[in-house]
Amino acid sequence: MSVIAATTARPLVRRAQRRIRPARVILQAFLIAMVVVWLFPLFWAIYASLRPYSDTVQHGYLSWPANGLSFINYQNVWTQGEIPYYYLNTLVIVVPGVILTLLLASMVAFCCTQFSWRFNLIVLMLFTAGNLLPPQVIIVPLYWIYLHTPIPMLGSIDIGTKFSFAIFSDNNLLYDQYIGIILIHVVFQTGFATFVLSNYMKTITKEITESALVDGANVLRIWWSVVLPLCRPALAAMATLLFTFMYNDFFWALILLSHGDKRPITTALNNLQGEFLINNNLIAAGALLACLPPIIVYILLQKHFVAGLTLGSTKG
Amino acid sequence: MANTTTSVAPARTQKAPEAGALVARRKRRYTLLTRHDKILIALMVGVPLTLDLVLIWGPTIASVVLSFTNWSGIGPITDKNFIGFKNYQFMFTGYTLFWPAFMHNLIWLAWLTFIATPLGMFFAVLLDREMRGTRIYQSVFFLPVVLSLVVVGFIWELQYAPTEGFINNAFGLVKSGKLIDWLGNPRINLFAILVATSWRHIGYIMILYLAGLKSVDPSLREAARVDGATEVQTFFSVILPVMAPINVIIVVVTAIEALRAFDIAFIINQGKNGLELLSILITNNSISEASLVGFGSAIAVILLLISIGPIVLFLSRTMRTLA
Amino acid sequence: MGDSREAKRVQNFLALQDEALRLNPHLTRRDVLKIAGYGSLAAFIAACGGGATNTPTGITATGGTMSLGSYNTDPGSKAGTQAIVDAFTAANGGTKVKLNTVDHGTFQNTISQYLQGTPEDAFTWFSGHRMRFFAAKGLATPIDDVWSAVKSNYTSGFEASIKGNDGKAYAIPTDYYPWAVFYRKDVWAAKGYSVPKNWDDFKALCAKMKSDGLIPIAFADKDGWPAQGTFDILNLRLNGYDFHVNLLTGQNGQKWTDPKVTAVFKKWSEITQYYSPAFAGLTWEQGADQLLRKQAGMYLLGLFVSDEFKASGSQADVDQLDFFAFPHVGSSFDAEEALDAPIDVYMLTAKSPTLQNDLGQAKAFLEFVSKGSTQVTYWKNAPGSIPTANDADTSQYPALTKKAVQIVSGAKKITQYFDRDSRPDFAGPNGMQGFLLKFLSNPSQDTTNLQKDMQNFWDSLPPE
Repeated sequence: MSVIAATTARPLVRRAQRRIRPARVILQAFLIAMVVVWLFPLFWAIYASLRPYSDTVQHGYLSWPANGLSFINYQNVWTQGEIPYYYLNTLVIVVPGVILTLLLASMVAFCCTQFSWRFNLIVLMLFTAGNLLPPQVIIVPLYWIYLHTPIPMLGSIDIGTKFSFAIFSDNNLLYDQYIGIILIHVVFQTGFATFVLSNYMKTITKEITESALVDGANVLRIWWSVVLPLCRPALAAMATLLFTFMYNDFFWALILLSHGDKRPITTALNNLQGEFLINNNLIAAGALLACLPPIIVYILLQKHFVAGLTLGSTKG
Repeated sequence: MANTTTSVAPARTQKAPEAGALVARRKRRYTLLTRHDKILIALMVGVPLTLDLVLIWGPTIASVVLSFTNWSGIGPITDKNFIGFKNYQFMFTGYTLFWPAFMHNLIWLAWLTFIATPLGMFFAVLLDREMRGTRIYQSVFFLPVVLSLVVVGFIWELQYAPTEGFINNAFGLVKSGKLIDWLGNPRINLFAILVATSWRHIGYIMILYLAGLKSVDPSLREAARVDGATEVQTFFSVILPVMAPINVIIVVVTAIEALRAFDIAFIINQGKNGLELLSILITNNSISEASLVGFGSAIAVILLLISIGPIVLFLSRTMRTLA
Repeated sequence: MGDSREAKRVQNFLALQDEALRLNPHLTRRDVLKIAGYGSLAAFIAACGGGATNTPTGITATGGTMSLGSYNTDPGSKAGTQAIVDAFTAANGGTKVKLNTVDHGTFQNTISQYLQGTPEDAFTWFSGHRMRFFAAKGLATPIDDVWSAVKSNYTSGFEASIKGNDGKAYAIPTDYYPWAVFYRKDVWAAKGYSVPKNWDDFKALCAKMKSDGLIPIAFADKDGWPAQGTFDILNLRLNGYDFHVNLLTGQNGQKWTDPKVTAVFKKWSEITQYYSPAFAGLTWEQGADQLLRKQAGMYLLGLFVSDEFKASGSQADVDQLDFFAFPHVGSSFDAEEALDAPIDVYMLTAKSPTLQNDLGQAKAFLEFVSKGSTQVTYWKNAPGSIPTANDADTSQYPALTKKAVQIVSGAKKITQYFDRDSRPDFAGPNGMQGFLLKFLSNPSQDTTNLQKDMQNFWDSLPPE
């Protein structure tokens, strides 16, 4: 009971709690109601995904399925919708993207916070502001750049019969390539990551860097061996956030990839809708499978998530 | 999703007492940097900076230039393509969809500012206390934030579909024939998807604000309580003013989210019939079958100009903590 | 088989091999042969000797590879496309076809980027102005040679639909379907309805259906384009084919502010009360479902409605499907018996990086799809797509398809559908699709301002 827990807290607070307990009950009730309201749309989608379409056609959407719940939609969308394949596409884009972003952003943050030079602030501002722009503002010229940047074709990594990751391009261009998507993600998200990491690195005193310099290390070494390890909590937090942002992106892959089978899963959901017409049950299963990884990441790494968003107060 | 954060800690001024000594040390430190080091630093900053300029700021400027042309995106741009302000003229006076889209963005902004964000702040205040289950509540309210807007759109379409959605069926509207066309009626569909967006936005604001609240000095609250202030009074007279920097961030995040709105309107019905937004107009004009790149760029410039406000505000607030 | 041809083919193939080896130095010649589907060079030559040549013109090639971009993601059409591709591989000496399928909506929306980027060699597309628009921008390869080889297999009506502004052929038509008013025979028999002969009969029928508890006319315009079908047919009936074509292309100074256009909207408003409730939130498949599940009495749509019947229902449902031509409205243009009968085509891109290498195979593919047997293979999977070739085996056609062929051949004027007859930038989601939705949100409104907006939008578009 909260009273027992509060005996270890300040006595003033405990008296306050006892006074307002009826209000506390109302509060809890309200919050529980809100939780129900909040989770309902998600539960409804889960429920829809566990019913076969034929059942919905026969009995309408508001009834309990005649043969009980079934996972047939998940089976179908996994095989027909080729979900594992789209997961692979997403993985191939998001993992390098997160790693590269963290590397680049930490480099910039390191240089801008540990050393002061004239354009420090302007560089930071450019990076941060670049990430706040709506993507639609830059898409057309960006598309043109992607169509006209020559990229060497150095082979590819093939997994199975369908998946092929080109090194670095399979058509000599940046367009319609995995690396093209990775690139725009990295550049777009570096702004945000730089900003957060700068905030964090500001709390590392410059003395640490100084003494390392005195010891004869070069800046790259200092960045990698001294500063980065100190930033582990921030990096973990950023990694969680960046994973979610890049995973949930819809727009870049829609425009900068022309092959349906290269699209990451969030953009590929559209393909699913076209294929399965109005089988809402199947599409619900697909959508839920699509959002499963970020949910898992969130549940496991919630602490980092929240820390990433509120950086500055968690360095300890 | 706007990738912003709060910088919640007050500026750690550990350097203050050593200011004099530090200046001396700084001078010395410059000589510690070898030439090799300086090159490395230049690269470490230069490479990302170049990428940023080439892939983000370059295209931004190019969009501005393109807005003065009637280029179709195919083939070369010639002198003939430059038509001055004609795109802007048509956009403001002749294009039926511009002002509605602008209005919709304003409605989006107003909804987020006056309904969704305050609700987020309200939840944060409710959860900022020692109470059972506060972690669970936080997790639940924040959960929609990790879903992509495409998935959010699908989930809510299951609610809103006219004949098969939950709402129309649950309230007997399908049977009685009084269907509400949540997504097809141009008068209400914007609000329908605003509800879906709020589902996500509220959790986001809640977490940001909660972090801010947790960093408020507890002694302030104690003092207020001792003085006999109620919770409401405490919040509005004591806590809110102290949270001024956070409030600014929240406002900016809200504004930027409103201007970036795209995904959910696009996947519902490609952004027509009441769901027009500036970002949608840009996409449907320049990167669709239409290929009206010049005209689309003009709309993009307008969106850019509007975005500059919140961006500048954000920068001015946060750069202070970094400087 | 002529020796020179064979020699040329071997020469071509060896040249291709060399190119493949240059690009992939880790391969051996045997690898390349394997990739092309042959065990050895000897096997290839043997295949040449016994293999089928497609045409006597020497513009095609067997073996090798080609790539195809397709928007056929609906289950029936997807299976049909796969069937064609498999048949082609078998018939063309093992040509490996790389198929890129993108959902219909996205494919259409990103077609401009797609064609300018690195498209496949061939792609599925629409005929009419929509095809000419991209051909004129140099994004498609003219195929006069292929067309002259196959045109004897087509009636003259198809020729106009595949020519670009420069008079060159750019596409091979593969299927078409009429737009008509569909209904279920069993529902009509049960309720005693009969086909309306004119507009007043039609309205009376709608009223009767409403009192019987049916949705008289299923209507679903979430996608924006279905409404254009109704606009087309009303405009054709009231104002005639020439007016319609002029209006959609802005020719001869025809403007949208014309009172004749107002008449179309007025006529339309007489039946909007009979539409499905909340139609702006329904997709065409959901509209078809209303017809399928006996909730609606009629549906103005293309023959592809039978694809939805097949996918969501059973063969028994498909057998119950029937249609009638949109009723006469009592104008002098009724006699034109005009209707929308869009034609789907296959085209060659211009910017495919592999097109130079695969040109022979790509042209072979186009020739292959021009054959009746290929088109019937596709039709078996997607019964709503009627083959265009003369030599298609019509004996397998069910009554519905035969009737569809009849109605199209009996029409004196055929249009391609609004968004194919007009400029794509005019007909799209923030163009006419949006305007028509605006009209439908309040059909009894005074459309003068709306028409002015349409004309302003047209005037703002850059020259083609």
